[in-house]
Amino acid sequence: MIDNQMTWYMIVLSALLVNNIVLIRFLALCSFFGVSNRIEISLSMGMAVIFVMTLASAAAWIIWYFFLIPLNIEFLRTASFILVIATLVQLVEMYIKKTAPALYNALGIYLPLITTNCAVLGIAILIIDYRLGFLNSLIYTISVAAGYTLSIILFAGIRERIEMAPIPDILKGSPIIFITAGIMSLAFLGFAHLFGL
Amino acid sequence: MDKLKIFTNGLLRENPVLVLIIGLCPVLATGSSMNDGFGMGVATTFVLVSSNLFISVLRNYIPDSLRLPIFIVIISTFVTIVDYVMHAYMVELYASLGIFIPLIVVNCIILGRAEAFAYKNSVKSSLIDGIGMGAGFTLAITALGAIRELIGNGTLTFFNRELLNLSSSLSFQPALVFIMPPGAFIVIGFMIAGVRWILKRS
Repeated sequence: MIDNQMTWYMIVLSALLVNNIVLIRFLALCSFFGVSNRIEISLSMGMAVIFVMTLASAAAWIIWYFFLIPLNIEFLRTASFILVIATLVQLVEMYIKKTAPALYNALGIYLPLITTNCAVLGIAILIIDYRLGFLNSLIYTISVAAGYTLSIILFAGIRERIEMAPIPDILKGSPIIFITAGIMSLAFLGFAHLFGL
Repeated sequence: MDKLKIFTNGLLRENPVLVLIIGLCPVLATGSSMNDGFGMGVATTFVLVSSNLFISVLRNYIPDSLRLPIFIVIISTFVTIVDYVMHAYMVELYASLGIFIPLIVVNCIILGRAEAFAYKNSVKSSLIDGIGMGAGFTLAITALGAIRELIGNGTLTFFNRELLNLSSSLSFQPALVFIMPPGAFIVIGFMIAGVRWILKRS
């Protein structure tokens, strides 16, 4: 697990490889299976996730330590986090649409998808559970999102090959995709306990 | 639609996990033993049934343009209730389900049923739909947990009672990988293929 005593590169290593968010911790599976048909698309999705997740974690950290704890209303954590994340994504979408149309065209359609991405809320809750400081939270969040991007791109590469492969009829479509993800997860399990993480 | 059909729809023909393939994160993450899978299933069913009920009662008062934030607030209220109740009375289960309890709020099955069913249908139908979908979810996650626990650990435990122990009676070597993350992906893949085969034949 992550804590404040760890150096930044250990946090990065743990979040990126050892405890990969998709393949080991089972978060963000919907988008992992949903938008991994093509490598370019999964790259854009990964970038959108890195962007939104970082903003959401920063917002969640500020809300928790400056509003919920001082006001003694910790039970509102789930409700306030999900509302803030949903609002934030909407605001970001409107802002990008006005100021950077090119970026909007690349990320636009993925932004609403990310609101319901359990990884965004999941990481916001995890940085609170791990009691990370603000800077460590940001480092952790960015590496987790980079881990997501890494695994979705690798997975898209494999899926492009699978389309051509002869597969038994009954396994075509989602079953073979899950089994492939299982084998990828097995590969990532090889990183387990690396440097004692 | 008659009530029985609404109920059985969620169990097999439109099983949220095995046929529609939504709401997978908690299924794969917590279905590593029969007990945890069942606990997660019941917790999700409680939230699903209560939010369906609440939303269909209020459906004439919820303005159309504000419906999604209102749904989210209603759902997260019930999730917070489950979170605190489990933390107080089921410490062991709460510890092993961990972060996936608060994450029930982003389970797409719940928001999906609120939007697709409870917002448009009567209170009674929404209640039955919630129970049916919840039962389908619980069935899938418990079955996944049971298969993984049986192959990966050689046991079946339910409410702390051992139903079956292969390693003591036979010389059975459990395949540990099945209770680790890769096992979840592989078993759910074969379960989806199996359900497809059954649906195709019937």
